[in-house]
Amino acid sequence: MGTLLKVENLVIELSTTKGVAPVIDDLSFELQAGQTLSFVGESGCGKSMTALGIMGLLPEKVGRIASGSILFNGEDITKATDDRLREIRGNDISMIFQEPMTSLNPVFSIGEQIAEVLRRHQKLEKAAAWAQAIELLDAVRIPDAKRRASSYPHQLSGGQRQRVMIAMALACEPRILIADEPTTALDVTIQAQIFDLLEDLRAQTGTAIIMITHDMGVVAEIAERMIVMYAGRMVEQGQVDHVLSHPRHPYTKGLIDCVPHLMATLTEQRAELTEISGIVPSLAEFGQDTCLFASRCHLANQQCLQARPTEQHFNEQQLVACWRAGEV
Amino acid sequence: MNVISTILQRVLWAALLLLAVLILNFSMMHLAPGDIADTISQSMGGADATVMAQIRSDYGLDKPFIFQLGTYIGKVLHFDLGYSYFYNQPVTTIIFEKLPATLLLVLTAQILALIIGVLLGVYSARNRDGWASHFVTFFALFGYSAPVFWTGILLLIAFSLKIPLFPVAGMVDVTVEGGFIAKFIDLLRHMVLPVITLSSIFIALYSRLCRASMMEVLETDYIRTAKSKGLSNREIVYKHALKNSLSPVITLAGLQFSAVISGAVLVETVFSWPGLGTLALQSIIARDTPTILGILFFSALVVIVGNLLTDLALRFVDPRVRGH
Repeated sequence: MGTLLKVENLVIELSTTKGVAPVIDDLSFELQAGQTLSFVGESGCGKSMTALGIMGLLPEKVGRIASGSILFNGEDITKATDDRLREIRGNDISMIFQEPMTSLNPVFSIGEQIAEVLRRHQKLEKAAAWAQAIELLDAVRIPDAKRRASSYPHQLSGGQRQRVMIAMALACEPRILIADEPTTALDVTIQAQIFDLLEDLRAQTGTAIIMITHDMGVVAEIAERMIVMYAGRMVEQGQVDHVLSHPRHPYTKGLIDCVPHLMATLTEQRAELTEISGIVPSLAEFGQDTCLFASRCHLANQQCLQARPTEQHFNEQQLVACWRAGEV
Repeated sequence: MNVISTILQRVLWAALLLLAVLILNFSMMHLAPGDIADTISQSMGGADATVMAQIRSDYGLDKPFIFQLGTYIGKVLHFDLGYSYFYNQPVTTIIFEKLPATLLLVLTAQILALIIGVLLGVYSARNRDGWASHFVTFFALFGYSAPVFWTGILLLIAFSLKIPLFPVAGMVDVTVEGGFIAKFIDLLRHMVLPVITLSSIFIALYSRLCRASMMEVLETDYIRTAKSKGLSNREIVYKHALKNSLSPVITLAGLQFSAVISGAVLVETVFSWPGLGTLALQSIIARDTPTILGILFFSALVVIVGNLLTDLALRFVDPRVRGH
């Protein structure tokens, strides 16, 4: 298994009315072929921005990649032309979004929306693309796919629409699938089905998945590696089992403690459910040369307010950016 | 199946609506002051009481209102709109003679306004700060505020009198010799100014609406999805975004269809275009009741057919309207 995606010192800037803010501040990570990597963090921490940056879909005129590189199979896609990016998008790297209800075009049939990707990237003829679209709908377990292909999005439920999005994203068997909170808008029972589906499809196609979520339960279930983001910065990354069992950053620990544990409540003394007090800093505070989590951290000391924490390795797989990492 | 039954239903409603319009028009003309017999006798240079009574009984004017209305509706059902006092011809004959000219003007203006309006709207939505965007805003304001007859007269002064590019009036030049092509070009030359005049206000209207709706659609999630699929900008804008932003434009165009027709009355008058508008003005001045009623009937018909077509176009563009 080789390195599929290598992001190095990525900085993404967003222009706001109050000036330019680094919404992704010096992010580096690697994704191996076939791996599932999860990005975790609260809203506004830069998880989606990372995804849009990789896709080359940052909000026009407002967002831009200021420095760093994104190497896909060794090719730096931050320097790629628009045409080259269009070849990669939907073909090598594809994405599913948080809002299945609004992510499909209401005026085209779902079959057409899937077939379109195949015609665009695989150069399939109309009939062949349609036939393949039906197969894909079948693969994402849409019942009666042949008839359903002519349906329009408004005739489908939210879960079915997300399945269609998955079928569309996987149509060209991409090397990487980015899933941006794919189940947030869905019922819990449907969530489990969607994750099962993604897991099965990954096993079949060997597509690497970048899963963006704020749900630690999801991470524990499906991901191999995880990256915890806070205020545009990586605070901790490593193997999921390492990080979950031995979190080294107070923010990671806080996130884990927020998850109610079903077994614990059934068998042991009910553990107190905690929260991380305070809120994510506003964009104006991003990029300061301090620990941005300090204001919410019970371990914070003078050093945390004076300099940005450097990244330190723990048992070679775990990387933490915290001055007090040893004390968590 | 579903579509056909819906269309049949709409056609039935349209027929009922047309009947209501017919009754309303007839009643209003009946309520209008003045005696039709007077008008008829005027054209003969006046008449004495016996002739007046003769006229009244000939035209059924001495009968009660309900009876007259019933007779009229009965005739209309047989495609007979009565006989014009002024032109001494059946009203249907006169209208069918003038209708093609009006339809030519109205449909050309409407289609041109839709095409140019949509293209301008799309272009200015994509280049928000470009000159086209500012032009659309300015042009829309101008289009709203300038009355069509004024625009028409200005165009006439500029492009017929000062720079004699186009003919001043009429629809064809009888002195033009030659085959079909020469006659067709002559017709086109006559059409330019009236069509520009009539469509200017609607170009303004449609481009402004299309710009707004396009800008909204370009921000939606499904456009982001289209981008994530690696489609070209052209496919994203002209396939995915345009079909979505057309619905409000089509709705407005349908609603404005009656306004296009009433605008045509003014434009035809300014350019002496030999259509229903000119006929309407003349028959109003001549108090030629059957012709006025006939024209009102036909314009109602055209508007109703226009609305029906709008409905069908909306169903074509937006599957959600079809409602399964």
